[in-house]
Amino acid sequence: MNQQETGAGEIKISARDVQVHYGDNHALVDVSVDISDKMVTAFIGPSGCGKSTFLRCLNRMNDTIDGCRVEGDIRLDGEDIYAPEVDPVHLRARVGMVFQKPNPFPKSIYDNVAYGPRIHGLAKNRSELDEIVEKSLRRGAIWDEVKDRLDAPGTSLSGGQQQRLCIARAIATSPEVLLMDEPCSALDPIATAQIEELIDELRRQFCVIMVTHSMQQAARVSQRTAFFHLGQLVEYGETGQIFTNPSDPRTESYITGRIG
Amino acid sequence: MKDSPASAPRVNWKDPQLAATLRARHARERRLKILGLLSLGAAFAMLFILLASLAASGYKAFVQTHVTMDFVISARNVNPENPEKGKYRKVIAESLQAVFPEVGRKEMRQLRKILSNGAQYMVRDAVVADPSLIGGVLRLTVPVSDPYDQLNKGEIDRTTPESNRRLSDREIAWFDRLKEAGMISTPFNKALFLNADSRFPELAGLKGALWGSFYALLVCFLLSFPLGIGAAIWLEEFAPKNRFTDIIEVNINNLAAVPSVVFGLLALAVFLGWFNLPRSAAFVGGMTLALMTLPTIIIATRAALKAVPPSIREAALGLGASRQQVVFGHVLPLAMPGILTGTIIGLAQALGETAPLLLIGMNAFITSAPESAFEPATALPTQIFIWADSPERGFAARTSAAILVLLGFLITMNLAAVILRRKFERKW
Ligand SMILES: Nc1ncnc2c1ncn2[C@@H]1O[C@H](COP(=O)(O)OP(=O)(O)O)[C@@H](O)[C@H]1O
Ligand SMILES: [Mg+2]
Repeated sequence: MNQQETGAGEIKISARDVQVHYGDNHALVDVSVDISDKMVTAFIGPSGCGKSTFLRCLNRMNDTIDGCRVEGDIRLDGEDIYAPEVDPVHLRARVGMVFQKPNPFPKSIYDNVAYGPRIHGLAKNRSELDEIVEKSLRRGAIWDEVKDRLDAPGTSLSGGQQQRLCIARAIATSPEVLLMDEPCSALDPIATAQIEELIDELRRQFCVIMVTHSMQQAARVSQRTAFFHLGQLVEYGETGQIFTNPSDPRTESYITGRIG
Repeated sequence: MKDSPASAPRVNWKDPQLAATLRARHARERRLKILGLLSLGAAFAMLFILLASLAASGYKAFVQTHVTMDFVISARNVNPENPEKGKYRKVIAESLQAVFPEVGRKEMRQLRKILSNGAQYMVRDAVVADPSLIGGVLRLTVPVSDPYDQLNKGEIDRTTPESNRRLSDREIAWFDRLKEAGMISTPFNKALFLNADSRFPELAGLKGALWGSFYALLVCFLLSFPLGIGAAIWLEEFAPKNRFTDIIEVNINNLAAVPSVVFGLLALAVFLGWFNLPRSAAFVGGMTLALMTLPTIIIATRAALKAVPPSIREAALGLGASRQQVVFGHVLPLAMPGILTGTIIGLAQALGETAPLLLIGMNAFITSAPESAFEPATALPTQIFIWADSPERGFAARTSAAILVLLGFLITMNLAAVILRRKFERKW
């Protein structure tokens, strides 16, 4: 492993021979990958190739889908997350998730961020909770915009602000990994730039895994890139290398715009 | 977008054939619009005719002809020791005699019928409440009996031959004398809401039916609301998708379409037959109505739960909320307006339901309002049914009036549902 940042490079998540079926549809075939801590790893590939499916394996969100079957071995810090003694509810506090469409709860900004700490019992009293909320909103780079209206509904914010609120909400449970499924695809270019900047900031503290359909975005913010095609992990490596010198012809076709 | 090849022929929109097609299309659209307006107009006309005919026949029941008279309470007729057991019939006769001194003993029986049969009890109640009246004179306003009420409201034609009329010339003359003396008044008919049912139209009111309907709806709500929501949540959020739940689902939809009389028969056989629950009680009526309301509430609740966007569930699940926390913390509160709307509409349906209540005997003749859900009672629709079946003229107007009252409640409930939906409508 070549170190990129201090403390970076340790393997956070390792997946081996992951297979996912939706009923009869074999959506992921033999995916094996090691994802490093304190880095941004981008998943790219044509739509329907299984990027979201793989991302959702990492916090066991696929458990909630009827007919979805996950096989293989996925380890977080060497610990099998599909082991029977692992509680998915607890796992999801450690592996936070941000979705494609900003989805704040129709509650106040404060309650949105406080929700995770509340259900997991992370704050002993109100002042501790206040502290967590402020810290999360600051790390979500939205504190200055909302500090005077924490009681306003989260849905009253603009799209980009809502997405940063959702990031702050995910951070509030102090996760180790942040999963982001096309976090900018519903946003305008300015909001996208703000989120990208934020992601670059977040990688100092978290292992960030981001699905994107924009190759420029992957090139801008990620250190590692994984290219998926038809349910298979085709190529995985340094972002710079994938974009300048891909080893698989399919990757090259995709990057040059011939598939996708 | 790439430019189309240069060789593509230009469409000539001025071509008469194309213009004709366009005209035909516009004409079709106009015809459709006119048809829509016509059918809307027809629906409104029907509604108007219904309401107008009800109001035309019912408005007279909202006022009631009364006579204000001085009743002489002599100690001879009413013993001060025991005012309840007084000879109030005689009090009435003597007081009328004072107004019509020329009327003889034989005619007195006829004359007494001017006043409602309830007049003697009203005088009695007034005296019992204030025994100091004994030996004095009590001025009281009491209803006149139904034929005179009809006469006053113009329902009896004075020009028809005496033999075909319900009141003789002499009786009409008596009434006219009272009227000339300024003793007749037609105030708002409070008795319509404050009295229970009675054999005498001028005394009959809806109090018993209103309470009966209230208790029945209360029981219906208490049973069907929690059960319906619970069933819907289980089916929508927790039930495995298998053959068994498919069968349940199909059957719930079928139940919503079962004619209400069938539920009545079921209640008759099970509640009254097996469990020996009291006949005519609002409690049993409420349970029967709950059987019918349950599928409506389950279907409305499931629709409301389905309408909550999946992104909200994902957000909560992604933060590590358990299934139960997602449902009760996020989905259910967001679905509540839809659930309440469905419930109110289900209850409004139950309020107007007649057939099942007839089968469990809620059409009994009961002259006092129920004090609990376990006493015999009628309900609004069954009271309408009873009155519509009564031969006295006075009940015809009361039937229409009762229908108007029922419609008033139904409109209020449906309006509440609309307001609720408006108020809680949410944008995500
Ligand atoms: N909830 C689901 N139920 C059934 N099939 C699904 C579901 N989600 C995704 N799939 C299927 O899995 C495959 C991969 O989908 P997805 O992971 O969403 O692709 P991507 O995110 O790369 O566009 C697709 O063929 C899709 O149809
Ligand atoms: Mg996707």
